[in-house]
Amino acid sequence: MAVADTAHHHDHHHDHGEFIAHHFDNAEQQFDSGKLGIWIFLVTEVLFFSGLFVAYTLWRYHHPEIFQQAHVFLDKVLGGINTVVLLFSSLTMALAVRCSQMSNNRGTAFYTLITMVCAAIFLGVKAIEYSHKWDQGILVRSLWAYTTDHQEAQWTLSKQLGISDWLVALSIIPAILLVAFIALSIIARLVANPILSKFFAGLAITVGGYFLGAVGGHIYMLNYEAQSAANSGHAQVAPLVLHADDKVATDHPTAAAHGVDHHHAGEHHDSHHPDPKSLDRDVGIFFSIYYCMTGLHAVHILGGIGFLSWIFYRSLKGHWRSDYFGPVEYVGLYWHLVDLIWIYLFPMLYLID
Amino acid sequence: MAGHSHHDEHHFAHPAPIKLLLAVFFALIFLTILTVATSGKMGPFGTIVAMAIATAKAALVCLFFMHMFWDKSFNVLVFFSSFLFVSLFIGFTMLDTDHYQNTIDAFPRAPEQTTVAPTEMK
Repeated sequence: MAVADTAHHHDHHHDHGEFIAHHFDNAEQQFDSGKLGIWIFLVTEVLFFSGLFVAYTLWRYHHPEIFQQAHVFLDKVLGGINTVVLLFSSLTMALAVRCSQMSNNRGTAFYTLITMVCAAIFLGVKAIEYSHKWDQGILVRSLWAYTTDHQEAQWTLSKQLGISDWLVALSIIPAILLVAFIALSIIARLVANPILSKFFAGLAITVGGYFLGAVGGHIYMLNYEAQSAANSGHAQVAPLVLHADDKVATDHPTAAAHGVDHHHAGEHHDSHHPDPKSLDRDVGIFFSIYYCMTGLHAVHILGGIGFLSWIFYRSLKGHWRSDYFGPVEYVGLYWHLVDLIWIYLFPMLYLID
Repeated sequence: MAGHSHHDEHHFAHPAPIKLLLAVFFALIFLTILTVATSGKMGPFGTIVAMAIATAKAALVCLFFMHMFWDKSFNVLVFFSSFLFVSLFIGFTMLDTDHYQNTIDAFPRAPEQTTVAPTEMK
């Protein structure tokens, strides 16, 4: 915290707040300086993403057919849910900033926490999208291995839960963090540190948001797969069926049936599982771009959760006043930029005609 | 509790009205629904319409959530200068990009290494 000056003990005739640094004339100048700084940082972020946007523009200009073929793999509903979640998180972030400007630390903590949960929900839905794709071999161009057979779950836990190995792999760290944060919250409560206890509880709730997003996304995928199987009159893909004896049964159509089925399946333009033979070899390039753009964006979401947790902690400590709320506003600006980028990514990747 | 300043410095905070924030949020949701509903149905204008709606959403987020409507003009200038440079980036690259595809295609290599889509589906 460059502008904080917490080491000093101010006596009562020191005429500025604890976090107003000496090298500024007053609180407002400190705020304005920081604001300019964060806007300049946002400029660097825009330029950072612009490289990928230019790559997208070039590729779409030169090979529109790749984009036409590839976009069927992306689910508009999941993308739309993520968009709504991020827009809502922007609202709660703006409300958190508003609270901090009115010295309302509890309100700031509350809205910051909701923003963090929304961010985690976004990542949970992303985990579902990514693991589903990886199951089907939908990877970057150099690793492209698309097949309509869903990769069968190999791990015991995956089989028991009826989910993909990739999803389990992605969820290991959140699961560990969830347990750790709950434990730390309880320990902090026991050593009579209510602020740390609330802090870790908030982090635990945030990780809970990831599982909420993942579970919701998973339920949607199950419904969608069942729906599209019903619509086309035959099992295009293997829905994972959980049997009473905890074994996962997958219907694997024979190779011959596959060929026949997917010839028809290719005509269903709402199908997410076109026949691999009908695709350009270079469809994977779309996904190189997709994974880079959404992956970089997801890394920014993750970093944003980190910054937000810092704001959350400081809100619990009661740091914000109407003349010192800069950090909340700055993190807010960063968060809105992350939302802005998704506002463009969503139509560019998910809503191609 | 830190001491109060002698000057009243509490006036520089500008809390946005809650109703405004909520109105912007619902406008964003509406635009999201609009863009999803119109995707695939706008024929050759699909990309333009989607980008226009996205820009409208971005403007709302920028002006009101990011507080730009009330911000110092210099900050606004700084932020929009980034788009100036992005447009230079995209602009010059796009101007250039058509000029070399023939060279790329003419480069001798095995057919399976080409990146140009085949004219007929395999």
